[in-house]
Amino acid sequence: MTGNIFYFLAFLTLFAAIGVVASKNPVYSVLFMILTFFALTGQYILLNAQFVAAVNFIVYMGAIMVLFLFVIMFLNMREDTEQHKPLMSKIAAAISGGILLVIMVAALKDVDAGGYNAENFNSQIGLVEHLGQVLFRDYLLPFELASVLFLAAMAGAVMLGKREPGEQNRF
Amino acid sequence: MESTEFLVRSAVILAVFGITLLIATYSTYAERKIAAFIQDRVGPNRAGPMGLLQPLADAVKLFFKEEFVPANANKFLFIAGPSLAMLTACMASAVIPFGNTILIDGQYINVQAIEVNIGILYIFGVVALGVYGIMIGGWASNNKFSLLGAIRAASQNISYELAMGMSIIALLLVSSSLSLRVIAQQQGETLFGISGMNWNIFYQPLGFLIFIICAFAETNRVPFDLPECETELIGGYHTEYSSMGMGLYLFAEYVNIFVASAVMATLYFGGYNFPFMYDLGLPHNLVTLIGTGVLFIKILMFIFFFMWVRWTLPRFRYDQLMNLGWKVLIPLSIANVIITAAVILISEQGLPW
Repeated sequence: MTGNIFYFLAFLTLFAAIGVVASKNPVYSVLFMILTFFALTGQYILLNAQFVAAVNFIVYMGAIMVLFLFVIMFLNMREDTEQHKPLMSKIAAAISGGILLVIMVAALKDVDAGGYNAENFNSQIGLVEHLGQVLFRDYLLPFELASVLFLAAMAGAVMLGKREPGEQNRF
Repeated sequence: MESTEFLVRSAVILAVFGITLLIATYSTYAERKIAAFIQDRVGPNRAGPMGLLQPLADAVKLFFKEEFVPANANKFLFIAGPSLAMLTACMASAVIPFGNTILIDGQYINVQAIEVNIGILYIFGVVALGVYGIMIGGWASNNKFSLLGAIRAASQNISYELAMGMSIIALLLVSSSLSLRVIAQQQGETLFGISGMNWNIFYQPLGFLIFIICAFAETNRVPFDLPECETELIGGYHTEYSSMGMGLYLFAEYVNIFVASAVMATLYFGGYNFPFMYDLGLPHNLVTLIGTGVLFIKILMFIFFFMWVRWTLPRFRYDQLMNLGWKVLIPLSIANVIITAAVILISEQGLPW
């Protein structure tokens, strides 16, 4: 049963991920990406990592992808108005993408995923209580440093978005 | 034993779904009656006694109208938009505890569709998802006004979700659980010597105020119904919709109101608990039954409040909406979180000096 759900979700993830790349219309790409995140949320639930699933659901599907969709709808890109890229940049993109694929395959080829011991495995490890204890007890410093990074990014976004003195609205 | 629990749970799931739709249906009737009362009119009174069959008549009318798809619209997404709005609206009520436990053959069964220990995050996620229905429908219409409505809906929802999340964080500090059932149970404890009065509204009045304002914005209700502001945008995101597509959008709004009311009643107003619930000496099942009735009374009061506000207050201007969200509600909710955390810390560990 769980195995079948896993295969279904894996199929859905791959199908949607290919859809992101293959769609001509950028709005379809974003919608496929939302579907990808939805399927990933299902995978997290299968792993009994409920908190990660909820965060993935709220942050990625509920907030970030809304912003993506927002921007793309504003730009209103259409297939017929999209400019065709020159051949050189297409070749360059294909080569760099291919190199990335080779590196990923090479890096993951010998990776040891690390099995788990079925006897002393704690199935509750992904629940929010455990996650909070791990984050705030064992990894407190990295966690706080990440929050400083977020603060810096937020201040940067506010600085970039701020209207210069004397600048008019451009729209 | 197993089969009893299965039967009761299935009955609860069906009842929750059915009641959600029933209340949403009759909210349309109540809305028109309340509007009529506030504006000193009669309201719908032709279909059935006191116009009670009006929602059915409306549904029949909407179903028989022509389903018109504009020539330049994206056909698939044009139909997917309202379907998605309705789907996400109906998903949220699954985790709300509509009552305490029922005792059958010495076994306690929850009156709740599913119990997950991240219930509040689930609701938050589903609410966040709700904006896609509006955005997709507005964009697929291929119409400037629909697109502007969709974009307004998206920016409004994102802005008010932040303040809503912050007000929930302060509540979670008090309750220290993400499960809606646990939060509801905690509110059944004794306060001022009255059992079933330990409601979170007494601990989080500011949080509740922020939450209810954000709930108005999330459900696109007046005074925050800028996405469908007819003076500026004709009809907003549903300008091009006719027939049941339009009906589903309107219906989804009422389902969202019901869910928002149920969440507010559960989080802040004691859920299924009522004053003196354990002092009356009644059997467990009867207390549960009364509790469920009380919860629905609370929900209906909130729905009435939504409608009362709609027919009393005028609509905001768009920049006022954004200023309220970002410059008032978010700082207030952050202050609320910090004060709550400080009070909890001091009450647990004493003053630091």
